[in-house]
Formats: sequence, C-alpha cells, structure tokens
Amino acid sequence: MTSSDNNILSRWPTDRLLLWLLRGTAAIAGSIVLLIVLFLVLDALPALQHIGIARFFTDPSWHPAEHFYNLTPMLWGTLFATIGAVLVATPLGILSAVFCQYYAPPALGRLYRKLIELLAGIPSVVYGFWGLVVLVPLIGAIHPPGPSLLAGIVILTIMILPTIALMADASLASIPPQYLRGAAALGLPRWATIRGVVFPAAKSGLFTGVILGTGRAIGETMAILMVCGNVVQAPQGLFDPVRTLTANIALEMAYALGNHRAALFVSGLFLMGMIAALVGAADRISREKIYA
Amino acid sequence: MKPFSATPDTQPWAPLEQRPACCVPKPFIEVEQLSLHYGQKPAFHGVTLAINQGCITAIVGPSGCGKTSFLTSLNRLTDLIAGCRVEGRIHLDGLDVLAPQTDVIHLRRRVGMIFQKPNPFPLSIRKNLEFPLREHGLRDRERLAGAIETGLRDVGLWDEVKDRLDSPALALSGGQQQRLCMARALVLAPEVLLMDEPCSALDPLSSGIVEDLIVSLRSRYTVLIVTHNLAQARRIADYAALFWTQNGTGRLIEAGTAKHIFGTPHEPLTVAYVSGMRG
Amino acid sequence: MLNTLEPHPGGWERLATTFVWSAAALVTATFCWLLGDIIWHGLSHISWAFLTTPPRNAGREGGIGPILVSTLLILGVCLGVAVPLGVGTAVLLAEFTTDTSLFGRLTRRSLDVLSGVPSIVFGLFGNAFFCKTLGLGFSILSGGLTLACMVLPILIRSTEEGFRTVPTGYRLSAAALGLSRTTTLLYLLLPAAVPGLLVGLVLGVGRAIAETAALIFTSGYVDRMPQSLLDSGRALSVHIFDLSMNVSGGDSHAYASALVLIFALLAINGATSWLTKHWLSRRIVTV
Repeated sequence: MTSSDNNILSRWPTDRLLLWLLRGTAAIAGSIVLLIVLFLVLDALPALQHIGIARFFTDPSWHPAEHFYNLTPMLWGTLFATIGAVLVATPLGILSAVFCQYYAPPALGRLYRKLIELLAGIPSVVYGFWGLVVLVPLIGAIHPPGPSLLAGIVILTIMILPTIALMADASLASIPPQYLRGAAALGLPRWATIRGVVFPAAKSGLFTGVILGTGRAIGETMAILMVCGNVVQAPQGLFDPVRTLTANIALEMAYALGNHRAALFVSGLFLMGMIAALVGAADRISREKIYA
Repeated sequence: MKPFSATPDTQPWAPLEQRPACCVPKPFIEVEQLSLHYGQKPAFHGVTLAINQGCITAIVGPSGCGKTSFLTSLNRLTDLIAGCRVEGRIHLDGLDVLAPQTDVIHLRRRVGMIFQKPNPFPLSIRKNLEFPLREHGLRDRERLAGAIETGLRDVGLWDEVKDRLDSPALALSGGQQQRLCMARALVLAPEVLLMDEPCSALDPLSSGIVEDLIVSLRSRYTVLIVTHNLAQARRIADYAALFWTQNGTGRLIEAGTAKHIFGTPHEPLTVAYVSGMRG
Repeated sequence: MLNTLEPHPGGWERLATTFVWSAAALVTATFCWLLGDIIWHGLSHISWAFLTTPPRNAGREGGIGPILVSTLLILGVCLGVAVPLGVGTAVLLAEFTTDTSLFGRLTRRSLDVLSGVPSIVFGLFGNAFFCKTLGLGFSILSGGLTLACMVLPILIRSTEEGFRTVPTGYRLSAAALGLSRTTTLLYLLLPAAVPGLLVGLVLGVGRAIAETAALIFTSGYVDRMPQSLLDSGRALSVHIFDLSMNVSGGDSHAYASALVLIFALLAINGATSWLTKHWLSRRIVTV
C-alpha cells in the first residue's frame, strides 16, 4: 500500500481526522482480546487467591458444594474427546481432500466440496441435537448408557472434519502443477505421486488444518454437552460418560456463585491457554514455508 | 510432408556441415497424421514425422505453433489435460502409443521428459532420484546408491553435491536444478528424451553446461528437443523440423537433416525463418 | 543405469483407490444420514403458522415467531456494531499502516488470537462484561455485542482482502491529482472493497446465527416477543438447545427449528458463493 508517514500528514484536515477515527476503531477492535483476558483474570482471581492453583489438580474431586475443585476429570474428558476426534478426522479429512483433487471426476469433486462446505457451516447445536436423538440411543442399544465418550468423539469428528478437509483441499490445490507434471512424466502412478510429492509439498498446510481442527474440538461446547453425559469422572472406556471443561462451564455457570464461579473462570483461562498455544503453533508452522 | 530418413554424415564433430556418426538412421518414433485439440481449439494438425534412433532432433519454430503440445503427446502427458484430444498414430519402436490399452506408466519410463522450467520435487537431492527408482521397482539400497551416483556423475553434478545429498533440491541454482531433473530422468534408463526448451529459463553459463550435456547424450538416447534458439539448434541438432502456424493451427512445414534445414531448405517459410527474416 | 527394474507394483495403487473412495463414501453417507434425518422429521412441522406464532407449552406446540424476531434483533445489533468497527479497522490496516508498523502488527496479532477464542469463553466474557459490568443484564444488546466481538475478525479479514484487490495505480493517480485521502477512500476505494465486505458480512452472519454457547449467558432464554433491546430474547440456536435438552417431547419442534436454521444457512452459503463469483471477480472499471 502507498503509505508513509509523510503521505499521511497531508494538507487536508479531514485526512488527519479520518486517520484518528480509524485508529480509534482499530484500537477498540485490537483491545477486545485484551479485555477478554482481563475479565477472565479478574473474575478468576478470587479462586486463584482463595483456592490456589495446585488444588485444581489435587483436590479429591470436582464438588463445588463441598469446596472441592479438581479439574482433572474434565481435563481428561477434553483431552480424550479431542484426541479421539482428531485421530479419526485427520485421515478422513485428508483423504477427502485427496478425493476431491485427484480421484473424483471434476463435477463430482466440486459437488463433494460443496457438501463439505455446507457441513462446515452447520451449527454445533444441530450436530448435538442429532447426536442426542439418533446417535446416543444407538450407542445405548449396543452398550448402555448411551451418552458417552464415544458419542462425543463421533460428533466431534463430524464437526472438525470439514475444517481439516477444506484446509487440506486448499493446500493441495495450491501445489505448483509442475510437480504433478514432472511426476507423471517420470511414470509415477497416482498414489505414489500423492504420497511422495504432494504430501511433502503440502505439509505445512495440512498440518495447519489439523491444528485448527484440534482448536475447534477443544473449544466445542454445545454438541459435547448434549451427547457426553456430563458425569464428572475420568473416563475408563469409550462407553463411559464424560464431562469436558467447556461443558462444565456451560452447565454450572447459571447457578455458580463466589468461589465456584471464580473456579469456572479459571477453567476458562485454561481453555484460552490451550487455544493460544495451538494458534501459536499453527502460526509458526505455516510461516515455515519450506523451500518455497 | 514425407517422413525423412537421410544418410548421416560421418565426419567427427564440427559445426553444422560435419556431424559425428549419428547412429544407424533407423526411425525409432513414427508419427502419422497427428493432430491435437484442446477442446475446440486446434494446437497442431496433420503432423507426419519420423524420429531416428540415437540422434538429436530439434523442433523449431515461433511460439504458439504447437511444438510443446507435440512433445507432450509423445509420452501421453496430454492425458492429464482435461478436454485434450489427440488423433493420428504414434509408434514407438513398434508400440502403439495412443492405443487405450497401452501401459502409460511403462511408456513414460521409456520416454523421459525435461521441462522448460526446472521442476525438482520439494525433497532432498537424494530423494529426488531415489523416489522414482523405488517406485519403478528398485528397492535394494546399495543398487539405489550406485544408481544415484552414476546418474549424478553423468550430468556432472556429483562433485558439486556429493556432500549434501540430503539437502533440499530447491536450494540448488537454476542450472543445477535442471541438471538434477535430467539425472532424475536418466536414472530410469529411458530410450527417448523429450526436452522442452531446457535452457530457456537458465543463465548463459548454465545453459552452456546443459547444452554440452545434451550433446553427450547422442547415440545413447534418442533426443527430441524443442528450442527457440536457432543458434543452439544449429550447434547440436542432427535433424530438424520446422513448425509454423497456418490457418489457425500448427503444422509441420519441413523436416530433414540439420544440414539440409539450416543450409539448403526447400520451403520459403523455412528459408525465411532460418535466415532470421521471420519468426 | 539400471535396466533390470521390475514393472511397477499395482497393489498399492488399488488399495489406495479403495481407501480414498471409501473415505469419501463414508463421509457422504454420514452427512446424508444426518441431513436426511433432520429433513425427514422437521419438514412436516414447518408452516407459515410455525414461523410466526409464539411457542406454547414450553415450545412443544406453537411456533417460533418471537424467537425469529429475537434472532434478527441480535443479528442486527451484532452487525450494527461490528460493521463500522470492522470496516474502520480494515481500512486502517489495509491503507494506513505499513507492514512493519507496531500498531498494525499488534492489532493483527490480537485479531488472530480473537478468532481462536472458543465460544464458551465469549459467553463468560459477555456475561462478565456486558451483563454485569456494563449493567445490561440478560438482553439482546448483550448478546449482540458479544457476537460482534466474535464476528469482528472474520469481517476485518475479508474487508482487508477486498481492499487488497484494488490496484495500487488507483491510489497513486488519486494522489497525483491532489485528492485528499478521505475522498480517495470514500469515492474510489470503499466502493471497490464492498464485495469483500459483503462476503465477510455474510460469513460473519453465518457464524453468528450458529452461535449458542455465547448467547445462553448473554441474551438468555426468554421466549416471549422482545419489547426492547434490553429485553432478554431467545435465539433460534438456543431454542433448539432448550427443546432438546430441557423439554421432554420437544424433539419434533426442535427438528423443525433445526431445519429452519439449516435453510437460513443454505441461503447464506448460496449468497456467499454467488457474491464471490459475480462481484469479487469484477474489476473496478465496471462501476
């Protein structure tokens, strides 16, 4: 853009006014995140002061009525649900992108991509609702009770698959065509080309997609809330009901007071921390354009 | 145009008039009435040409006459382009190239291709050579290492890169990348090499090195090289063919030995082109 | 060179093809199952009456009229706040900051982080800031403002892209003609960036109406027709949540509401595609 400080301080007074106005809006927009962190910290402070951070991991259980604030069952819940979903959604998502780009006839590929784009926009509450009325009874018929870690993993997988697939698709589409032509000229068959040339070339984009999907899985609230059963326990198996950090906040926020409320804000800070770490990782990876 | 099989010259190499013993002039690739369309647009039409084994054939002509399209039809790379139609006959050492049941993978092992812009894979130098070899069935590690070394020696890269075989291929200079691409094509032991203006994206020094390399391939490989550079064609070609756009589509105007095309051509278009008056 | 290479193994290729097609089939089947189920159960309940009458019997009967109104009001507040802020920020970032200015980089970084914040955290923040600190309580205003924070990064990014499509030549010739930057902005650049803005708007709206967790704690659950922006109002997504989790026998209307939401999103999706294809590819000269 043509901007230098000399240019900005031009003779027109309206320009100076405009600049300050715009700076104002940008300042507001930029400070929202700071505001969020500020308020989280402010409201979490009582818990950190009165309860102390160690107790969030060492208390006997999560039972606010009796002043027990151990978050670890919820942390396990979040962890298992997220990891399970990412493990299933990543190959399915990447293979979906590979299908769109290299295996499907062009019209079918376009249709499939449209389907994935549509599904990326379906609200989490609709996924949760479907999970509740269709998936949970199904799982319950196989192994009671229905609401379980498995239901959570399945729903989360369906939710993050479009993120991973669309990001992978964009990555694959941006591979320089000369790589593909070169591989074809060498007589390399399709899957060999994908495995040996396409994946290394698209590495950073694929990884970013997975990281973004993971972030979405960690932050998901409604769908998990509706299908996981919300029992506070570290899950021992796929069919155990679990409660995640996000569901915990959503469920108890309505009636939490005092230290209990503050403790929920602490778990909100945990979430922010996890997501920030992921965003940082995605940022650093996507900046490593390998031999661009 | 009649397919041309003239007797070769037998003198040791020197500019134009004298050429080394270029093979037995046996046609290796026979092209009959070849036409190519991208959708409705014709790229070239009615091309009939014989390429002799072990010789360097230059395809010359101004841009847009279908030279590159002609080249890509020979190894059926045109299959990759949607809406592309090829009609006519191509026979490579008896094999019908355009037949649907032809094993394209096998064909492309016999026919290697070098592109205008060097396109090594975004992998290490070693992997660039190892990967195609592995895919074509060579798994033994020692033989692989041997093949890689021989390939790099043949293109004159071995001394330059032997200490950094695992460094990224894209970190090499343009000329080195192009030589790497040639090594990558050569390790598969093809019989034919198709080259689409291999020097045009390179600086003059690298261009010279690659050109010397191409000349050294004579008699071991059948080389088809598309080039804009008439001087280059004069220097290295045994045979030449001129393409030109006529009636909105590319056509083969004249083909013959290099001595004939660049010295005493028949067609007025060829005369004009090689003397620099047109194109 | 090696002349004894075996012919290429075909086994892996066929396996890979099977896997790829199976993955695509599995994904398609799951989504068709999901969408089909919702359409099957929800379509029969949708009618004009459903869309306009208020819910009765905790939503088991009646319709979603006031809920649609609340949703639209929340959206209105959200966009009314997010668009000026977003456009202003985008203009600043695109036109008035260099790539190395500290202010620019900080703003961009904070917007990146903002786009990653989970919706429940927005709910916490909205509750603490808008409802409690600013004293707005559970209201449409709180909900809208919270959603504005969520939607801002999407809007800014898209508008910025819109500005980037304008060729630099336009700015240079405007400056050479002695036009003020304000004039250049208002009459030359903004019109050209409008398609980008609209795409961002549409994307933002899509995200906003899908939002549930943030709204539960800011705009509340009340399903009556709101009388003012300070009234609590129930958004469509919250209604679906309530019907499925808290109201036994509410499933059929939940299906119908979900279908209405999906139709709305389809329309928005279609609008985005159409806009991207027809507007963004137009050059400024056709104005």
